[in-house]
Amino acid sequence: MSATARQGASQAAPARAPDARPMAFEVDGLVKTFPVQPTLFDRLKGAPRLAVRALDGVTLRVEPGETLGIVGESGCGKSTLARCLVRLHEPDAGSIRYHGNDVLALQGDALRRYHRKVQMIFQDPYSSLNPRMSVGQILREALGVHAMRPPKAVPGRMRELLDMVGLPADAADRMPHEFSGGQRQRVGIARALALEPDTLVADELVSALDVSVQAQVINLLLELQERLHLTVLFVAHDLRLVRHISHRVAVMYLGRVVEVGETEALFRDPRHPYTRALLSAAPSLDPEHTTTSDAVRGELPSPLRVPSGCAFHPRCSSAFEGCDVDAPELVARNGRECACHLYEPDGAAPAAPGDAGPGPEARP
Amino acid sequence: MSLADVSPAASLLSVRHLDTTFHTARGALNAVRDVSFEVGEGEVLGIVGESGSGKSVTLRSILRLLRPPTRITGEVRWNGENLLEVSARRMRQVTGGEISMIFQEPMTALNPVLTVGEQILESLRAHEGLRGQAANERAVELLELVGIPSPRERLGAFPHEFSGGMRQRAMIAIALASSPRLLLADEPTTALDVTIQDQILKLLLRLREQLGMSVILVTHDLGVVAQTCDRVAVMYAGRLVETAPVRALFTHPRHAYTLGLRLSLPSGGANRQPLKPIPGAPPDLTALPPGCPFAPRCGFVTDACRADEPRRQRVAEDHTSACIHHAELPAPSEVTA
Repeated sequence: MSATARQGASQAAPARAPDARPMAFEVDGLVKTFPVQPTLFDRLKGAPRLAVRALDGVTLRVEPGETLGIVGESGCGKSTLARCLVRLHEPDAGSIRYHGNDVLALQGDALRRYHRKVQMIFQDPYSSLNPRMSVGQILREALGVHAMRPPKAVPGRMRELLDMVGLPADAADRMPHEFSGGQRQRVGIARALALEPDTLVADELVSALDVSVQAQVINLLLELQERLHLTVLFVAHDLRLVRHISHRVAVMYLGRVVEVGETEALFRDPRHPYTRALLSAAPSLDPEHTTTSDAVRGELPSPLRVPSGCAFHPRCSSAFEGCDVDAPELVARNGRECACHLYEPDGAAPAAPGDAGPGPEARP
Repeated sequence: MSLADVSPAASLLSVRHLDTTFHTARGALNAVRDVSFEVGEGEVLGIVGESGSGKSVTLRSILRLLRPPTRITGEVRWNGENLLEVSARRMRQVTGGEISMIFQEPMTALNPVLTVGEQILESLRAHEGLRGQAANERAVELLELVGIPSPRERLGAFPHEFSGGMRQRAMIAIALASSPRLLLADEPTTALDVTIQDQILKLLLRLREQLGMSVILVTHDLGVVAQTCDRVAVMYAGRLVETAPVRALFTHPRHAYTLGLRLSLPSGGANRQPLKPIPGAPPDLTALPPGCPFAPRCGFVTDACRADEPRRQRVAEDHTSACIHHAELPAPSEVTA
């Protein structure tokens, strides 16, 4: 498994060649719902049981060695997706394949191996490290549980790991509270790397850090990825950062992937109306470049009552007849995948009459 | 002082040598040190800085929201009065009346057991003397003004029935109830999603136009500053290190910290090149280095920086900087190109 990953790793953005080689991840139709505890009143009334559909049929490919950015607003399911991938959540339906193997069927040793190969780094460096364990104990535990090194090689490996993430060797004897947020996040990275993973799932890696420190951790991630040929899933809401480090970007809205594409192309020419809104809402660093109108109207609907059809249609300025009925599928076209009725592929049965709304050409 | 010439034409609020000290278990903590700035009529002033830079404390000190033993000294000039010296009674008229404030977390800033309507009416009663039907009508108007749909019905709603963005709108409506001339906004969009942030910031700008108020916007996000503010004050380690009109600050920052902050952000383009971080971490306020507090992290540092803490001085039209090397700093465009 690791051999394929290493082999497939490349420094530059991997070209899209769907069936040429095994994908790191193939996610198909992933569904995850969280039931909502009904109130006593609801139960007496016999109200239907509600559930949040955090993931509503997510389909996604991740190529070995690439950085895939996953962006979206709160409640879009990006963190749930990350947690499903490392099997912190069990999905209700759908499949996840990792280098061809069915992840959801893994058990026992195979699952342990998978947990070792796919490592997660959490957002909050304050709550994801045990405050009562020294950094050395934290790393030793990771190395010991998976028997990564014979006991007498452990101290050497720990020094190596600390050095790799830019912490001094004496950090091993110190407790998490003695470190700043940025340094703690380095400890989290070192712990993940202790298991020699092929893939890192980074959920809001730098969101909790000060701006001036964020860049330090991002640089570390970039450097380690090149050195260790890692596949990285970078889940974040900071579009500037995602644009900077991702080869490809997936945009999520209310539990669905609405657009996937090469980063630069997607940022220069967003297709999905939601992607457009998201990108234009992100404040530009150029004071000359300001707008007065809202990027998008309305608010995120409650995930308990996701709108029918395309979940974005109530806020969409391009919505036309039919958008509220059929949920658009993610369709690949010119290296871009987009789930929007504006971009039904030529020849496919149109979901709405052609004259009912603006075609893709009608939009800037 | 040299700072007097910084003031814009008509200044509404003038803060002079503001100094705020907390008393902690580890001793006195000087969170805001010798901060002076002006806010002009109808101006949006941004105060930007990282956590611990003293930007929120500055805002709270203006309204004396920090209780003793926290010590606030200096001068906050408002309508010819020094707000740090006026009676508590007079201060109650100013706070939430002439000067209103909105906070980062609308859920904790709003009273959860009162309806949004009651909270607006409270302010209308206290500051505008409005009661009964007239107050009700005004409350509906205010909710409409901040873009809450079906305002008449929403008056009876509790804060928990609102989404994050709607709560922030409700908080703005409460703040506007007293027709303030100055609105203090402490990270008003940090807890919000980017599309909602965009709506709230544009709402604030529209209200500024319509109502002719001034705004002080505290934020850590340079993007928010670029899109919203007329003038910017940059804080580091409790001090104001640079003030400038927003364009000048972005095209040619004159303080090494501001430049470093700007350069540490990715500048667009999916190039996967290493970013240019500011090394190290913000200093511990209880153990500040001698000289310029940014010196240990600064790429332009010389011995002069470590000797005495440099004073802020005028470096260009309406532009001040506390950086000894302000004249040598390159423009960000020269560095990234």
